[in-house]
Amino acid sequence: MLYINCPHCGMRSQNEFSYGGDASVKRPELNKEVSDQEWDDFVYNRKSLRGKHLELWQHISGCRQWIKVERDTATHEIFRTFKADEEVA
Amino acid sequence: MQKYSIFNLVKNAFSNHENWDLAWKDPTPKEEYDVVIIGGGGHGLATAYYLAKEHNITNVAIIEKGWIGGGNVGRNTTIIRSNYMHDENGLFSEFGMNLWRKMSQDLNYNVMFSPRGIINLAHSDAQMNAYARRGNSMRLNGIDAVLLNREQVKEIIPMADFSENVRFPIFGGLMQPSAGTARHDAVAWGYARQADSMGVDIIQNCEVTGFDVAAGKIKGIRTSRGNIKAKKVGICVAGSTNILAEKLNMTLPIETHLLQACVSEPVKPVLDNIVTFGAGHFYVSQSDKGEMVMGGDLDGYNSYAQRGNLPTLQHVLTEGIAMMPFLSKLKMLRTWGGIMDMSMDGSPIIDKTHIEGLYLNCGWCYGGFKATPASGWTFAHTIAQDRVHELNAGYSLNRFNTGHLIDEKGLGTKTWIS
Repeated sequence: MLYINCPHCGMRSQNEFSYGGDASVKRPELNKEVSDQEWDDFVYNRKSLRGKHLELWQHISGCRQWIKVERDTATHEIFRTFKADEEVA
Repeated sequence: MQKYSIFNLVKNAFSNHENWDLAWKDPTPKEEYDVVIIGGGGHGLATAYYLAKEHNITNVAIIEKGWIGGGNVGRNTTIIRSNYMHDENGLFSEFGMNLWRKMSQDLNYNVMFSPRGIINLAHSDAQMNAYARRGNSMRLNGIDAVLLNREQVKEIIPMADFSENVRFPIFGGLMQPSAGTARHDAVAWGYARQADSMGVDIIQNCEVTGFDVAAGKIKGIRTSRGNIKAKKVGICVAGSTNILAEKLNMTLPIETHLLQACVSEPVKPVLDNIVTFGAGHFYVSQSDKGEMVMGGDLDGYNSYAQRGNLPTLQHVLTEGIAMMPFLSKLKMLRTWGGIMDMSMDGSPIIDKTHIEGLYLNCGWCYGGFKATPASGWTFAHTIAQDRVHELNAGYSLNRFNTGHLIDEKGLGTKTWIS
């Protein structure tokens, strides 16, 4: 069982959350010409890192907020959690 | 190579089975190979076998980080089927079914292929319609499919829950009678033994640490046991694909996720077929030893852990018990996990890459084991001829760019969502 420290609610079990994937992916800016390659990278291509991975989770059975979680994909250790709009240094 | 036969078995019995030849050698890597296959799993071993057998290319090495057959080919639930709706998947898998049927004879190794049939249960009228459509698509591609009504399903699997007041009543099911199971380790060992006998070097405990690429062309690989030159390199490393891709500065439409399976204590024969629950993701068959072999959903978040987490197991087995209540009486014997290369449309990639002489085989999602022979056969063809075969033409890497996705389950781009 993973325990995720929701920045809004505190420590909760993984059963309350649903996973949203890689948080480092950025949607292309729409005020310029977007190439097929840029769309590909946004929609399909993923680094799928082994080790520290910044990812989105939604506290679906809690505050329903999207949050960012920094987790190790090999050991499942969770290092830090952030609000969705928080900058990750 | 020593042939495995009843006569040799009797002969060796007189010397207490102490004089059998080694099934494969343990060579030190040569300086150069015509083809290097990275990954000594089912697909890699099959690729090397078909390179030697079909294309007469025997100056081949298989480079394996751990030991052969220690990854997903030893961790799956051994299901073999071709019950796909889309032409690309159906024709590819049915080609594989024909290889499965004669595999034990081909490899002189009993892979215990057991065509016991698979039944996908339907729990609504809409699902019955969808199964009728899939069954018709299968039959148009020459694959056997039978649509069963509730009474016919009850006759085959009376131990499933057929009571009236259940949340997901059984309306019927789609059966592929020729689907089945096989002994997964035997598949890896059988391919390894034959490939070795034809001159392939199986190099274990050898980790790939980098690639030598010059002028857009592959020159060789770097490993924990030194540099190896190669004219061609094929990657088939399943859940580790992204790790190698990073070394090549490639970003792929693949995410690595964890899939669990488990077996119960062995019980007397109760289930002849493979059965899948249609209102969730759960499947079960009974092994020759009597264990109920079960599996279902991914753990649901990126993972390289090769071991699972209990919430998913609980979720999956809840579905199992809803389908077959007697399962709740059984004790769990073992659970384990493997890391899946989840592609973004749920279908695999067997293709050339932008680097000349570098070939990619990945994206097998939940269905890598059954694809072992067809994957090896088509990957060997792609490497040997430097062009894809019509069977794997649809499994291209650039389909994500051109929009020719093969989305069998209609899951969209996040195949890990359950």
